[in-house]
Amino acid sequence: MNIDLSFYSWELIQSYVLSGFLFSIQLTVIATVGGIFFGTLLALMRLSGKPFLEIPAGAYVNMMRSIPLVMVILWFFLLMPTILGKPIGAEASAIITFIAFESAFFCEIMRSGIQSIPRGQIHAGQAMGMTYSQNMRLVILPQAFRNMIPVLLTQTIILFQDTSLVYAIGAYDMLKGFEVAGKNFGRPIETYLAAAVIYFLICFGLSRLVKVLQQRVAIIR
Amino acid sequence: MSWNWEVFCKSTLEEDFSPVCFGTGGEITYLDWMLSAWGWTLSVSALGLLVAMILGILMGTLRTLPPDNLLTRSLTTLGNVWVELFRNIPVLVQVFLWYHVVPAFIPAMKGFPSFILVSLALGFFTSARIAEQVRAGIGALPRGQRYAAMAVGLTTAQSYRYVILPMALRIVIPPLTSESMNIIKNSSVAFAVSVAELTLFAMQAQEETSRGIEIYLGVTALYVISALTVNRVMAFIESKTRVPGFIAAASSGGH
Repeated sequence: MNIDLSFYSWELIQSYVLSGFLFSIQLTVIATVGGIFFGTLLALMRLSGKPFLEIPAGAYVNMMRSIPLVMVILWFFLLMPTILGKPIGAEASAIITFIAFESAFFCEIMRSGIQSIPRGQIHAGQAMGMTYSQNMRLVILPQAFRNMIPVLLTQTIILFQDTSLVYAIGAYDMLKGFEVAGKNFGRPIETYLAAAVIYFLICFGLSRLVKVLQQRVAIIR
Repeated sequence: MSWNWEVFCKSTLEEDFSPVCFGTGGEITYLDWMLSAWGWTLSVSALGLLVAMILGILMGTLRTLPPDNLLTRSLTTLGNVWVELFRNIPVLVQVFLWYHVVPAFIPAMKGFPSFILVSLALGFFTSARIAEQVRAGIGALPRGQRYAAMAVGLTTAQSYRYVILPMALRIVIPPLTSESMNIIKNSSVAFAVSVAELTLFAMQAQEETSRGIEIYLGVTALYVISALTVNRVMAFIESKTRVPGFIAAASSGGH
């Protein structure tokens, strides 16, 4: 067994891997932003104390968390054309799936973030005459976000790893880019190794960053 | 839209339906196929979990060794490197590594069926996460337990064998429950190397029958049933092994 890396060139990376890499990043960013937005809404629903909001939000979150992500990706790819009434590409379907799926996980993070705020803060906001939405927007959520930044970022790293699962519907992400390059050049071993190294470097680097950040953002009381 | 649950009774070879929904005389229905796929999912998960438990408990323990001498320090480093390596590569990429790359380096593994390779990939991936939980569990023990073991003259190995691990392994059962449920969910990546498990069944049967919704509902239900069963079994184990009067909060993992 000998490894030959000589076939790697900038042209190869540009023509096969780069667009996949950009899609993986795009998917991660959109799903994180969308997931945190809808996840926070779900968390507010679950903590609202009103059964008609709590029950559907809880059911949605528990359902998403008990199905394999690959199956969720397949489900959306199957159902999206029916729901939208027109065909939809694998990439667009993947983006919608990841926002929907990650919302459930970000919901649980935001829920524990909101619950980590001392009750005195909520009472103080109410005592100042703030409405529910003012209290959430100005007092609770900023602190909850700050407390949860390390966990949110760790979830984003997991999300980035999970983007490789769009393989199931044939979307062109970074892993797919490496795989196609490997097939075209007859060098699957080198390309899978390279994919593993790149994923490792990105995820390991980010997890180091999270550790540093964790010490920086801690609220000192 | 209208339901068509009869699709499960359909033969996979011909256009006819079996009255009892199970194939006869060498013919198999989609229901037969799905149940056999469920068996593959459970087998891959069980074998993967076995590998993950053994390696995860070993590596998690190594990471907590006291830094007495060069040997224990290097074993701790080994545990740390192990966790970072297997935690930071996506599980699907790890499956491809085991399937395409590892046999090229270790010729003896060339003849391994993909079922074994996927189980190893899942096992190694999950072992990093179990190692984290085990380390946290050992860390959650009161320091006095370790000192007490030293004070009665136990060696490091003995103190782990008789004092630390019997406590720590019971503390980590709740997070191990969620890892066991995760491994069933993660076993779905086995479709990528053509192991005939539930996700591959879902993809192929959907294409053959065009009754995707019924097929996916069946598969999703089986995944949920499997995860719930594991959850109940682990809850039973937890209630049987609980240390009376000892409450420690171990952190639980992601997905």
